[in-house]
Amino acid sequence: MGFEITKETYAGAIKNITIGKGDGALTVGGQTSYPFYQFEGDMPNKPIIAMEIWDMEPEDWPEAAKAPFKDVLNDPVAWAKKCVDEYNAQAIVLQLKSTDPNDKDASADDAAQTVKKISEAINVPLIVWGSAVPAKDSEVLKKISEVCDGHNLVLGPVEEKNHKTIGAAAMGYGHTIISSSPIDVNLAKQVNILLENLGVSLDKVIVDPTTGGLGYGLEYSYSVMERLIQAAMTQGDDKLQNPMINNLGNEVWKCKEAKQPVDEAPELGDPERRGILMEAVGAVSYLMSGSSILIMRHPESIKLVRSFIDLAYA
Amino acid sequence: MALTGIQIFKLLPKTNCKECGVPTCLAFAMNLASGKAELDSCPYVSDEAKEQLAEASAPPIRPVALGKGVRKTATGGETVLYRHEKTFFNPTVLAATVSSDTDLAALDTKLKIYNAFQYERVGLNLRPELLVVKDAGNGADAFAAVAEKIAKESEFNLVLMTEDAAVMKAGIDKAGFKRPLLYAATEANADEFGAMAKEAELPLAVKADSVEALIPLTEKLTGMGLKDLVIDSGSREIKQALEDQVAIRRAALKAGNKALGFPTIVFPCEMASNLDMETLIAGMYVAKYGGIVVMSDFATESLFPLLLERLNIFTDPQRPMTVTEGIFEINNPDENSPVLVTTNFALTYFIVSGEIEASKVPAWLLVKDSEGLSVLTAWAAGKFGGDDVGLFVKKCGIMDKVKHQELIIPGYAAAIAGDVEEELPGWTITVGPREAAHLPAFLKARK
Ligand code: B12
Ligand code: SF4
Repeated sequence: MGFEITKETYAGAIKNITIGKGDGALTVGGQTSYPFYQFEGDMPNKPIIAMEIWDMEPEDWPEAAKAPFKDVLNDPVAWAKKCVDEYNAQAIVLQLKSTDPNDKDASADDAAQTVKKISEAINVPLIVWGSAVPAKDSEVLKKISEVCDGHNLVLGPVEEKNHKTIGAAAMGYGHTIISSSPIDVNLAKQVNILLENLGVSLDKVIVDPTTGGLGYGLEYSYSVMERLIQAAMTQGDDKLQNPMINNLGNEVWKCKEAKQPVDEAPELGDPERRGILMEAVGAVSYLMSGSSILIMRHPESIKLVRSFIDLAYA
Repeated sequence: MALTGIQIFKLLPKTNCKECGVPTCLAFAMNLASGKAELDSCPYVSDEAKEQLAEASAPPIRPVALGKGVRKTATGGETVLYRHEKTFFNPTVLAATVSSDTDLAALDTKLKIYNAFQYERVGLNLRPELLVVKDAGNGADAFAAVAEKIAKESEFNLVLMTEDAAVMKAGIDKAGFKRPLLYAATEANADEFGAMAKEAELPLAVKADSVEALIPLTEKLTGMGLKDLVIDSGSREIKQALEDQVAIRRAALKAGNKALGFPTIVFPCEMASNLDMETLIAGMYVAKYGGIVVMSDFATESLFPLLLERLNIFTDPQRPMTVTEGIFEINNPDENSPVLVTTNFALTYFIVSGEIEASKVPAWLLVKDSEGLSVLTAWAAGKFGGDDVGLFVKKCGIMDKVKHQELIIPGYAAAIAGDVEEELPGWTITVGPREAAHLPAFLKARK
């Protein structure tokens, strides 16, 4: 008797969502099975990797992460171009670190100018990640929406607390939203429902389930993503059928072991290769739990993960 | 299929003698059904009933014990497809390959290097468990010598990898005492390898060229009386291998397929041409159902991330790792040393104490029970509020140990400063840095 694989029955699929504009636009999501389970469904769009840049020179990045960008760390436009031209970035994520009220507290106008310049300088989708301080993000992302009218930026994180302002602005000026919640299926659904009630189409929403670093609570994010996908696909919950994004580089490179130099942790070997593989293994975990967009930092880990995706997808 | 309480009850003596610790046989049966009791607690069940119960309660995927000594481990025994449904029990076993033509002096060096790959984290020692001795075709003696050296001189446990029965026999003679896994029985040699594993009472890997082709082989071997099997569906291409892992896990758990109810072994070392890519592929099988994952080599930079991933994926989702509440002395503090407070989430504690230690500044670290939650999570969940923290500082006994009245709280908990102050009149509440990484500079700058 022949062996038949026990197949999952799916009641729903992940939405196809297009980010960016013109020939630079890209579609993510669209899968009709669990991540990489191509024997029982399709994965029309490979997960993509968005390269991370900051709007101010990072002070706490380890040497290994800074080295490839040494010449551009204080110039976000040049940095973005380098990612695209030299490393073939599929998308760029600008982390608006300078706007953090606990830090430099840069103004919404300044941030909007930076975003506009970058957006005009590159031909790949641009994702803009705020300071994660809800009130400040409200102000900053709203301004950016206006100034970059029609660019179809991806703006986040948008939380329950600031969904109204950012939601309305994004809707008005044609941007996509990252709906964000702290590792919880119900809260993720809640933010999406609130956005929908406001009039935002869920076809313009990417979900950020909150990302834990490798060894720093990755398992919580991993499981909540599996549960979100189950709700979306096997239970057919149409409020959760959105592609997911993971702000991974930021979490991984913050870990103590990703930062320690050789003299502090000789047993951990070469700090550069260690950090690269920590980021890449973290990425694989998130790919297996359903990520459609991974935000990553080091060109080498990005290269590795892209080849991994190609292999797994072949 | 699991039996219900009533079905189990029918097999018990029904005397209600209470020796099992509960008032009735029915109560005991219910506990058995829900996994809260062990059958051994009832001294009166008949052998026949025992057999039936054992059969019915056998886990859908057999747990297989591997090796001996400090790196003894087990694989299999999983009961769910997704970790949030219950938990994953036996972390993916990590292995590297050693060829039987490795020169013994070089092996000596290699073992020393491999042995150093151990990492302390959240109170656990993270390290790999296995070395695969791979037959390079240079004879039984060479194979046995390499296996023997690893078995005797290192903590590592072994997989003996050859399809030549004479070579395997030599390996078992020299290294069998350490309970190696024999790799592998195939369609061609199943009788011979099965007999060898049975005689030596060792676990046996079974290799076929598809999931389907594994079934008659494991049936044949279990028919011979073998129980401890590990299965390899033969695919060396990652897409197919992932499908196979899922097919096997679902067959065992969802379709009750006993012939596939065994842990798996996968070979990233045969799926990529460099260790970095092997590492990523291994990462995929740590998440998706690899029982044993075999790499070509161990390097600290590739092992460490995999060990972290494994730690995360195999953490029990119902129980965050914790440390006990109390006062921790770091770098021999005295009555003038600073006092810091944090939560009892193991990860938080280890990061914070690690940084204080690294600063070389003597300090008292107070760990408050927050049900295993991190600072921000505990604060958001109301387990690290100002009054609680204040009360805890009063009660924990630190006031008898120091002369000063200053408490350093985590930067992320700045919001509780006012409430702590209210609870601790006369004390100065200092808000420390947010990230523990900034603690050394912060502590040193205080002098
Ligand atoms: C994993 C996680 C969880 C896990 C719990 C993990 C755990 N055991 O704690 C789960 C999924 C259960 C969870 C639940 C919740 N969570 Co949560 N969670 C996180 C996450 C992703 C990581 C937390 C973590 O483990 N950090 C690692 C540890 C080591 O960090 P830490 O304890 O803070 O320690 C650091 C510093 O504080 C410092 N430090 C520590 N001690 C000390 C002491 C001194 C003296 C000093 C100076 C420094 C210092 O050193 C450490 C390293 O730098 C964070 C987001 C994030 N990236 O931080 C959200 C987060 C903490 N969660 C949040 C929330 C809101 C919740 C929930 C209330 C919501 C919900 N989902 O239901 C619940 C509450 C839990 C409950 N029981 O009800 C919010 C808190 C927001 C806020 N400021 O109020 C966060 C920030 C997410 C967000 N952006 O919204 N969460
Ligand atoms: S020990 Fe056995 S016989 Fe006695 S009450 Fe318990 S189950 Fe029944």
